[in-house]
Amino acid sequence: MHPILKLVAQRLALGCLLLLAASVLIFIGTQILPGDVAAAILGQGATEQALANMRADLGLDRPAITRYLEWLFNALQGDFGVALSNGRDIAESIAGRMKNTIFLASVAAVVSVPLSIFLGLLAVRYRDRWPDRLISAVTLTSISLPEFLLGYVIMFVFSVKLGWFNSVSNINDGMSFGEKLGAVALPATVLTLVVLAHMMRMTRAAILNVMQSAYVETAELKGLRRFTIIARHAMPNAIAPIVNVVMLNLAYLVVGVVVIEVVFVYPGMGQYLVDHVSKRDVPVVQASGLIFATIYIGLNLLADIISILSNPRLRHPK
Amino acid sequence: MPDPLLTINNLRIEATIYAPGEKPRDAMIVDDVSLTLEKGKVLGLIGESGAGKSTIGLSALAYGRGGIRLTGGTITLNGREIRLADAATLRSLRGREVTYVAQSAAAAFNPAKKLMEQVTEATLHHGLVSKSEAEARAVELFRTLSLPDPETFGDRYPHQVSGGQLQRAMTAMALCPHPDLVIFDEPTTALDVTTQIDVLAAIKSAITRTGVAAMYITHDLAVVAQVSDDIMVLRNGQMVECGSVQRIIEDPREEYTQALISVRRIDHKEKKPTDTPLMTVENISARYGAMGVDVLSDVSVELYPGQTLALVGESGSGKSTMARVITGLLPPRVGQITFDGKPLPGALKDRSREELRQLQMIYQMADVAMNPRQTVATIIGRPLEFYFGLRGRERDKRVQELLDAIELGEGFADRYPAELSGGQKQRVCIARALAAKPKMIICDEVTSALDPLVADGILKLLLNLQAREGVAYLFITHDIATVRAIADSIAVMYQGKVQRYGVKSTVLAPPFDDYTDLLLSSVPEMELGWLERVLEHRKMESAGN
Repeated sequence: MHPILKLVAQRLALGCLLLLAASVLIFIGTQILPGDVAAAILGQGATEQALANMRADLGLDRPAITRYLEWLFNALQGDFGVALSNGRDIAESIAGRMKNTIFLASVAAVVSVPLSIFLGLLAVRYRDRWPDRLISAVTLTSISLPEFLLGYVIMFVFSVKLGWFNSVSNINDGMSFGEKLGAVALPATVLTLVVLAHMMRMTRAAILNVMQSAYVETAELKGLRRFTIIARHAMPNAIAPIVNVVMLNLAYLVVGVVVIEVVFVYPGMGQYLVDHVSKRDVPVVQASGLIFATIYIGLNLLADIISILSNPRLRHPK
Repeated sequence: MPDPLLTINNLRIEATIYAPGEKPRDAMIVDDVSLTLEKGKVLGLIGESGAGKSTIGLSALAYGRGGIRLTGGTITLNGREIRLADAATLRSLRGREVTYVAQSAAAAFNPAKKLMEQVTEATLHHGLVSKSEAEARAVELFRTLSLPDPETFGDRYPHQVSGGQLQRAMTAMALCPHPDLVIFDEPTTALDVTTQIDVLAAIKSAITRTGVAAMYITHDLAVVAQVSDDIMVLRNGQMVECGSVQRIIEDPREEYTQALISVRRIDHKEKKPTDTPLMTVENISARYGAMGVDVLSDVSVELYPGQTLALVGESGSGKSTMARVITGLLPPRVGQITFDGKPLPGALKDRSREELRQLQMIYQMADVAMNPRQTVATIIGRPLEFYFGLRGRERDKRVQELLDAIELGEGFADRYPAELSGGQKQRVCIARALAAKPKMIICDEVTSALDPLVADGILKLLLNLQAREGVAYLFITHDIATVRAIADSIAVMYQGKVQRYGVKSTVLAPPFDDYTDLLLSSVPEMELGWLERVLEHRKMESAGN
């Protein structure tokens, strides 16, 4: 077998194991949450008998391990059960929400990833000169501001003062792609500003590290332009660290957008999760947790695999 | 007479030095050097490290490494001044009129790109010929440089070819744009002698065939004598003397040049084996990891008290693995080491402190073998405290004795490693090893990173110390000249086996086995036409077979 296939297979197996561990943690975590689902549903006036009946109905009287395995196998088949609070099928409600979250994250990613890498290259090209300092200053400022403040400032300027965009970023299936883009423009901008600095600085650092290499001098002595050297000779050798930080930020775009969704009243996963945590709707919290963990682990796994593939020594063994 | 290709007049090069604990200051790297290079001629630049050879070579591309600045004089290439030329002009001449071959091709090739792409890059970047034509040129150069499978060689990645092949590929890369001038910066220094001779022959034939002019930079006068028309000797950024190869080799005028030529002519009379060896290595085999192949197989040698056993061989022959086995860092798979009459435990952790004390080590890189934040006194004093429990004044007295022994006078005790030269650092490492009063010291390529004259000093010191303290050396090296200078007996290693073993006079005298013959005949000798003679001889032999 090609050694690289073995490495990738190892990573995949490790990812699955990690996911299993995460599912255990999520299950335990939700079980030890204070409060009782039955009590939460029936309210404070419920009699002991009514509570016991409710628990039996929900299957809460069975041993935890049985409930965990049952939950896991159902989840693997895409069945997350029904929400306790409103009786709807969780998988169905999540699908719609997830689509919206992925849409917002994708828009932000499509803008922020190329932009941050380009700014990183630019910062290396003009190292320690004004373009480098300006890029650093602006991205650092944007990452230092809390995202909700950034969200409100942008909302104030672009929707309240200028009136270019709607302050509520509601989207639905009836809208055209263009209309949807318009609706998510403001939250996507805020997200971009939040993740830009991290990716840009990592790109800059990773490439500067490679710029010390002898082969960069070789390229320079071939009469190549500085930007060509950075993009063609330095960049391919800095892919691994850059991909890792990009994936970390992509994961953040999906699972870390709660605040932004609340600020812009965006119908995504974050809001859905927050709503149901406050209602102690355990099955929904478990389902959301598992999906977030899957995305997080999946993206990092992808980063690992790309890093492995980007290494010519592994790709082309002797 | 036609205009010369390159004229350098009164060149002055400066750099800002950031020494620890001092204010940054400007230092003169090259001071008032002038030279002329005609089309198709080869000029050898020779000198020790810090002589400014590479800096002068790179000035032909108007390039300065790090903080190096070309501050004075003129550099005229093809009739135009380039020292003060703008960036666009420099880009247009670099990689087209002048190209560069670096010492470490392994580092100078981009690991992420195929060789063909890198070899033809400058040619295509300057728009000299079409892609298919450039690739045809590259294949032709691969053939000229005797690279294997020239048609497909370019499809490989740098890590897929050997060091010697990579160095030749770098020469192909430099010749591909058909430049007027190639700067060869120590192109064979990092190679084994048996590889060096092939690369040297390849470079020489490529130069002859293409008629390109070259500057050949090296610290090895014997090497430069084989390829150059003229030689310039440099020291501390200044020219010592300059003349034709023949004149420099046969009639050196300056004292420094004479010293360079007579280097490595230490006369060491070999001692005969005594009755009881200090260390006996019996049938050692060792490998890294549980699986894989033996890096050492069935090695047996003996070292006598107060004598030197030299382990010689190319990189990958198992010399350093041998040191790791003897020191206990890599326990042998089979075999036994007897030291001072008693069996020596295979693993480091099973050895007593006394056994550890008896066996010390000196490394190739003195730089990294010392803690940069400790003073010389602390470094040398540590084994005194550790093995003998010396403290305070007693310890300081012994440190000073050791410093005297390594011929470093007053005032060195309080210095930090960064404040020492390469040779001084290696001397401190020797003192540290001696501090333990060992019966045996393993010297792993201790002179390889040093300039010839400095290395000579270290070898003489080691011989003096041996005569005085009666310490035995296991001397690991790839350099035959060093072996001649210091060894009493020799083990020639090849692919993990001892190829030839005995006292020096026997090992270095015919009849030879094939490998030892190849190894010995590949060592450059300081005479004109040596390279041609060896190649001719080998051709005749292979034709005879």
